[in-house]
Amino acid sequence: RSSVTSRYEMLYRSTTGQEEAALAAATAREADAALHPLQDTTLGSLTMYVVPETSSLLPQGINVYVGKHRSALVRAGGSLAALQARLQEVAQVMSFTAGSIAAALSDRVPDGQLSPDARRYLKSSLGYEITFSLLNPDPKSHTVDWDIEGAVNRYVKPVLDKLSLVANFSVDSQILYYAVLGVTPRYDKESSSFLLSTHSLPHVINPVEARLGSSAASLYPVLNFLLYVPERSHSPLYIQDKDGAPVSTNAFHSPRWGGIMVYNVEAPASPHASLPLHVDVDMARVMEVFLAQLRLLFGLSREEVPPEFLLESPGNEGLADWELDHLLWAHTVENIATVSTTLTSLAQLLDKIGNIVIKDDVASEVYRAVASVQSAVTKLSLGHLHAAFQASKEAVTSSERAFFDPSLLHLLYFPDDQKFAIYIPLFLPMAVPILLSLAKIVRETRLRKKEPTKMD
Amino acid sequence: FQDQAEQFFRSGHTNNWAVLVCTSRFWFNYRHVANTLSVYRSVKRLGIPDSHIVLMLADDMACNPRNPKPATVFSHKNMELNVYGDDVEVDYRSYEVTVENFLRVLTGRIPPSTPRSKRLLSDDRSNILIYMTGHGGNGFLKFQDSEEITNVELADAFEQMWQKRRYNELLFIIDTCQGASMYERFYSPNIMALASSQVGEDSLSHQPDLGIGVHLMDRYTFYVLEFLEEIHPASQTNMNDLFQVCPKSLCVSTPGHRTDLFQRDPQNVLITDFFGSVRKVEITAETVSLDRGVAGFESKLPEEELATEPLKYAEQLPVAQIIHQKPKQKDWHPPGGFILGLWALIIMVFFKTYGIKHMKHVF
Repeated sequence: RSSVTSRYEMLYRSTTGQEEAALAAATAREADAALHPLQDTTLGSLTMYVVPETSSLLPQGINVYVGKHRSALVRAGGSLAALQARLQEVAQVMSFTAGSIAAALSDRVPDGQLSPDARRYLKSSLGYEITFSLLNPDPKSHTVDWDIEGAVNRYVKPVLDKLSLVANFSVDSQILYYAVLGVTPRYDKESSSFLLSTHSLPHVINPVEARLGSSAASLYPVLNFLLYVPERSHSPLYIQDKDGAPVSTNAFHSPRWGGIMVYNVEAPASPHASLPLHVDVDMARVMEVFLAQLRLLFGLSREEVPPEFLLESPGNEGLADWELDHLLWAHTVENIATVSTTLTSLAQLLDKIGNIVIKDDVASEVYRAVASVQSAVTKLSLGHLHAAFQASKEAVTSSERAFFDPSLLHLLYFPDDQKFAIYIPLFLPMAVPILLSLAKIVRETRLRKKEPTKMD
Repeated sequence: FQDQAEQFFRSGHTNNWAVLVCTSRFWFNYRHVANTLSVYRSVKRLGIPDSHIVLMLADDMACNPRNPKPATVFSHKNMELNVYGDDVEVDYRSYEVTVENFLRVLTGRIPPSTPRSKRLLSDDRSNILIYMTGHGGNGFLKFQDSEEITNVELADAFEQMWQKRRYNELLFIIDTCQGASMYERFYSPNIMALASSQVGEDSLSHQPDLGIGVHLMDRYTFYVLEFLEEIHPASQTNMNDLFQVCPKSLCVSTPGHRTDLFQRDPQNVLITDFFGSVRKVEITAETVSLDRGVAGFESKLPEEELATEPLKYAEQLPVAQIIHQKPKQKDWHPPGGFILGLWALIIMVFFKTYGIKHMKHVF
């Protein structure tokens, strides 16, 4: 049986003069920016500044301000015990909770003990492939231009660079013509628009998936982000949430798959405008939604934070440093759990089938995996997040290579009746004269033994 | 609405895969290919894309020289339904359908050069449908008339898949003679199995077509197909209805099923959990706020040096190493155990019977 325990190491000290000067800023954001160069920015560490209860740095009603790096400003309140509880809470939000670790281990926790949310985040992988697709079902009416390369360079690359610590990312894009959604939207007279209800959304993806070409991509998990420009006859198209109201982002996503956004084209000023209309896609608006979906697919949601927390928006970087840590903690634990299961099951397989031949490189991969996972576990217990994560990644690579080596296929099971069926026709005729001769020998020796007594 | 939301998450899978295997070759086994292609067609219609289907057909019926209607495979007499169609994507064809390849697909122990369409890239949230058809017997299924897969090997392969969490839930359907023997040995969790006949019974074929000259479908799959034609991607039909398909009066054999390894109640399992691909979706309620004034971004990380001259094709392979590799010396091991004992017995009896003095004539 395996279990995961966690602890937080807290060190307390009073502020230095420089920090005091930085904390004298007008707003929390400026204070955070000023404090950033004075902080310890190793992965996995957090710095929390406790400001007096009456401080004006934090707005009314807000007790904690979480910056976009690895620091937080916490308002002191009441007793020391209350402060300690609050600091614990902040530490948990910014690194890991029991829930987030359990979610990382979701395939090892028995069913029924986890909330359904736990199953939806992307599994830890060595790389991800991101595909942006523009779907134009009506090229006769719309000529859609999207500057995807520019948008990727400006908005997506900063986020992926920050995430490059977690995995390798590769990005591609494509345009698909005459690709329709699988569902016909309903016309709503009141808003004179077309609506897609929530329960028809699951059926939208399948007809499109066949054309996305994800089978030509790499062996890494593929994340698809689709931008759909509705046909002229179905414009404008809005997605309804379960209360019937149109969704502000006009987008939805599917766990472990990707997201779809509907981009409505404004109707032309005059009804006799010449077709096809030229459409220049506002890539910033589109990327705001896609990057939000990317965050949600990875599990970086900001919904479960208590209301008295104020979270700084990470801006163009897409995710805050502490969110990156959050991801790394979860992925490291997940990697270590995966490696231990893989190696255990490999050992069980080899025990069961005694005559599998282990090649030298498989053996060396196993040794490497064991060494790496032991190092990862030690480093994780010391809190060296970066080193632990790298070690866990190496362990996963080695253990997967060892487990999935093509030479470990066992085709050597022979049921007992097959063994009899093969050997008996061969050995039975051969055995008959042998057994008869044996009987003869036994009889002769017995006679010879009796003879001396007879001769006397 | 809360109930529907509960239902949504109850199955816990996020993607669907299908592995459809026809193991028989030769023209008179037309019905097995038609079986497999009919299931393929249903599964595609209900939403599983080709990239998530591994289709293995042991012989080519559509372009077989004996096919009076080339490029078609019919599943109904009077040539009503052509299941071959325009967009069939066969991943393993003809002699590639072997026990070894099948086990490699299931366990994932595939050589690195295998293309993506030939791999089963499922994860721990995949529901997999495995359909096998062909000629079988008590505890085995015949592949290509030359080899067999036993129920123990199949159970072990599923256990390997479970160990590596390559499936969330698995539905195994087999349409062969004595099909129930193939699922007897399963021991991994979350597997549900259906078979067309019990041990000791034969599965029978449905109807011959006089124009084509062979039997077109097997009974069990024929009635399963009729059942599936009623299913559409949003239907709520559950597995208990699938168990009732093809009673003894229609099928002559008794179909069997096994659900003891499955954690959910079959009542709550939708047909589309395995045959279709209904995705869980969530409305995106958040956005990231981006600063639009940012100009083109220079990557902060140092870029790797690119190779300055393109490699020739031959240089990518260690050709020199491969050509000059000497064959490995096989180590000689003395014979052990049974063989040694047998030879010792034979020699001992020989010399005892004929006497030691004859030895000089032997040597």
